[in-house]
Order: sequence, then structure tokens, then C-alpha cells
Amino acid sequence: MGTFIQLVIDGLSTGSIYAALALAIVLVNQATGLINFAQGGMAVLSAYIAWALNGFGVPILPAILAAIVASFLLGAIIERYLIRRFEQGDPDTAVVVTIGLLTLITGFCAWVWTYNNRLFPSLFPLETIKVAGAVISVRSLGTIIVIVVTMLLLQALFLGTKLGLALRAVAINPASAAFSGINVGRSLMTGWGLAAVLGAVAGVLVAPQLTLTPGMMDSALVYALAACILGGLSSPIGVVVAAWLIGVLENLAAVYIPFIGHDLKIAVPFILIFVVLIVRPQGLFGRKAVVRV
Amino acid sequence: MTLLELADVRAFYGRVQVLEGVSLTVPDGGAVGILGANGAGKTTTLRAVSGTVRSTGTIRFDGKDLRGLRPDQVAALGIAHVPEGRGTLADLTVRENLRVGAYRRKDAKGVRADVDYCLELFPQLQDRIRSTGSALSGGEQQMLAIARAIMSKPRLLLLDEASLGLAPSTAKAVYQAIGRLRSESGIAMVVVEQNANLAFTLVDSAIVLETGRSVLTGSTAELKGMDEIRRAYLGG
Repeated sequence: MGTFIQLVIDGLSTGSIYAALALAIVLVNQATGLINFAQGGMAVLSAYIAWALNGFGVPILPAILAAIVASFLLGAIIERYLIRRFEQGDPDTAVVVTIGLLTLITGFCAWVWTYNNRLFPSLFPLETIKVAGAVISVRSLGTIIVIVVTMLLLQALFLGTKLGLALRAVAINPASAAFSGINVGRSLMTGWGLAAVLGAVAGVLVAPQLTLTPGMMDSALVYALAACILGGLSSPIGVVVAAWLIGVLENLAAVYIPFIGHDLKIAVPFILIFVVLIVRPQGLFGRKAVVRV
Repeated sequence: MTLLELADVRAFYGRVQVLEGVSLTVPDGGAVGILGANGAGKTTTLRAVSGTVRSTGTIRFDGKDLRGLRPDQVAALGIAHVPEGRGTLADLTVRENLRVGAYRRKDAKGVRADVDYCLELFPQLQDRIRSTGSALSGGEQQMLAIARAIMSKPRLLLLDEASLGLAPSTAKAVYQAIGRLRSESGIAMVVVEQNANLAFTLVDSAIVLETGRSVLTGSTAELKGMDEIRRAYLGG
């Protein structure tokens, strides 16, 4: 029983990292209608900024806060001066641009900081507590709490604020949004900036666990995209629950299903996606598009 | 007092010139129709006002030059554009669509009162308040588009082909509601409409466009009396 609880908590913690990245992808999608494949790369860059500031003697928490502010500005600038040129065109072109951006940012990080693994200080104490026979790290619990709070804030942003409403309106129909007095350009920049902030949160959560490298978020991005499809791109709560489900199930499958083990556990989310999409094409929590004809 | 003034307006889609000299004036509280065949430039004239096409010439609203302003800046001055095709925010509910319309407003009490007013003006929307825009019928989407415009508390409403694709009875109901809105609120209107019979129930005067130029202007009564107008637009 102790092993089971421990696997579940660790799975939730790992799933929380996928969730942070998935929330960033949802935010960009809700604000612009695009899938941003560069989100993982932007998260890595944010973590490097925090790490570099920490190396210059800035305490870790202020360093992370500064990286978050820098990430917001970077996200807004990328939207304004790169993505906007492609937003009115074919969506496929914009997606390819974000893939190119991922390659560019990863290459930039490697050029500046090399591919060497860097130790990133943990935000949480490295202590453990015992619950029902399971040894649970405080870091795992802290990661889970950060993601729950982030998810609730994002849900509140979309459903309870004028800014969230404007972001959604602009993504659906920029012309109509503008006719209602919404500054479309500013909304798009804000959406990308906020998504970059979420990416930064994911980056600083994952870096202490995996050590900091330019490719640190590559597999997390795959899991995050899986969570987006599984949970439904229109639902922040949905993608978080899906990310947790993926984290927990792959942990359990690796230990309790012998032929899967740790080598094949990456297949778990995709088997899950296959099953769920047959039953609910809009994802577990996504809203089914209803169009009256 | 003149609220909107267009003089010798020319408009372009890229390098293609679509308007070649359109002039019209809308008095405060007045309603002016724009008639013309397909491709005459009716929709483009509205787009020139709301800042969605490049234009030259004079476009003034309440004395302010509108040229060079973005659509959201034009909206902020008190001009609401109900575009051709309705521009429904498909994934938002009816209530959220109305909230988007009131995006720039700070008077929460006034916004609530205007939501009630819109739902009274278009009772069909009351029953669909939690439905998404995409689930509405064409008539309901048109009503929602007009209601969203009302929510911005405009001084001028630009109405583009409000009857397009609607059953005659629905189109008539929509125009009756707009007429009621006009008499109760005093909002000035520019009405683009293929169905001149419907437009003449609402407007005080109209201009006729041909290949991007205003060629005729007059009061509703004067235009109704002209043979060429009767033959071309009134079915007789």
C-alpha cells in the first residue's frame, strides 16, 4: 500500500510539470487559436535565466520572479514581432514557425550555456514525510500545490475576468472582438506573455528534478501535448486532470505491468489518448463544438 | 448636427480601389440607408468608417477624423459595426457575447440594465442565454450581433445586410426591433440593405451607390417616388 501511495504522489508531481506546460499551451490556444510547440523551449530559456541570475548571486526566489517577468516580455515580443506576421495566414504555417522557434531557442540555450547538465536549486525543502507507510517528498507536494493554484487562477482568468473574456473573443473572431472595442494586438501579446509565464513556472519546477539542459523539456512537451488532447484544449482543469492521470498511470504501469517497465512507459499516455478519443473526440473535459446548419 | 460625414471617400483592398468617391452625412439621431447592387461598395463604405480598410478622403465622426484609427479605437468613440455575416463569437455563450459587447464599459449597473433591455428587445435570446453562439439559428445570431452592438452603448450603429439569409418573417421581426431601438434610444444608424423595402421602413434618407460612387441621394419619400429606384430596388 505504501508503494502504491508513493507512486501516486510521485505521479501527481511529475504530472504537475506536464500540467504547467499544458496550461501554457491551452492559454496560447485559447488566446490565438494556435498550438505553440515552442512552449517547451521558452520554458527552458526561462529556467536558464533564473539559473544565470542565481549564479550572479541573486537569491533563487527573486531570480525566478525576475525570470518570470522576463518570460512575460519575451512571450509578448515573440507574438508581436514574429507570430503576428503569420497569424492571419494559414494556421499550419504558424505551427511550423513555432516548431522552428523551438529549435532556435534550444540551439540558443546550448550555444550560450552548452549541453552540460546544470544543477538548479529546488524551490522546496528536500525533506520527506511519511504518510501511510509511503515516503513522500515535500518537493512533490509543493509542485502539486503550485499547479493546483495555477490551474484555479487560469480557470478564473478565462471564466471570471474581462481580460480572459477578451482573450477568448480575440481567438474566436478578432474582427468582431475589435468591433467591440477590444485591442486585438494587445490581447494577443498578453496571451503569449501569460503563457510564457506558465512555461517559466514549468521550467523552474522541472529543472531541480532533471537538472538543467537545453533539451530538458522535450519529453515533458510530448506529455503536455498528450494532456491537451486528452483533457480538451478548451479546459484548463481538464488538461491538469489529464496530465495527472498520465503521470500516475505511467508510474503505476511501469511498476505493476512487467512488460511495460520504465522503457515503455511513454507509450501509456498515447494508449490512453487512443481509448479516450474513440469515446470522446473532444477530450475528457473539452467542449464539443456544436454548429447549427 | 452632423454626426458622421463622409466626403469623396476612396477605399482600397491592397492595390485594388473599390470606392471611387462616396459622400454621405448622417445627422445625430438620424438613419441613412445605402442602396446598391452587389459589388457597388456598400459594405466597403461601412468598413472604411470602422477602420478595416485603407481609405482616403474625409471621414469624420462628431468632428473627429477617423482615418488611421484601428477598429477598436473607432469603437471606443461610440461606433458599433454589425458586420455582414454577423460575426458571432461562436464558442461563447449568448451572455458572454453580450459581455464582450460591453467590454469597454465601466458602469456595471448600466450594463446589467442594457442586458435586460436586449433580452426584452429580442426575447428569443432570453431562452438561449446559456447556449453558445454557434448553436443559434441565423435569425438568433443576427439578433445577438445587434444586441452585442447595443451593449457597447454606441452613438452610431453600422448595420450591414441584417436581413441576409433570413426568412422574410424573421427579417421583418429584426427590422421591427431595430426600429424600436431607434425610437427608444435615438442611436444614429447607417443601414446597408439589399432589401430596400425593409430599409425604407427604418431610414429617413438614403444614398445609392454604383461601382464605388454615390450617384443619388434623397429622402425616403423622394427615392420611393423615383421610377429608377422603384424598378431597381422596390420590385415595381
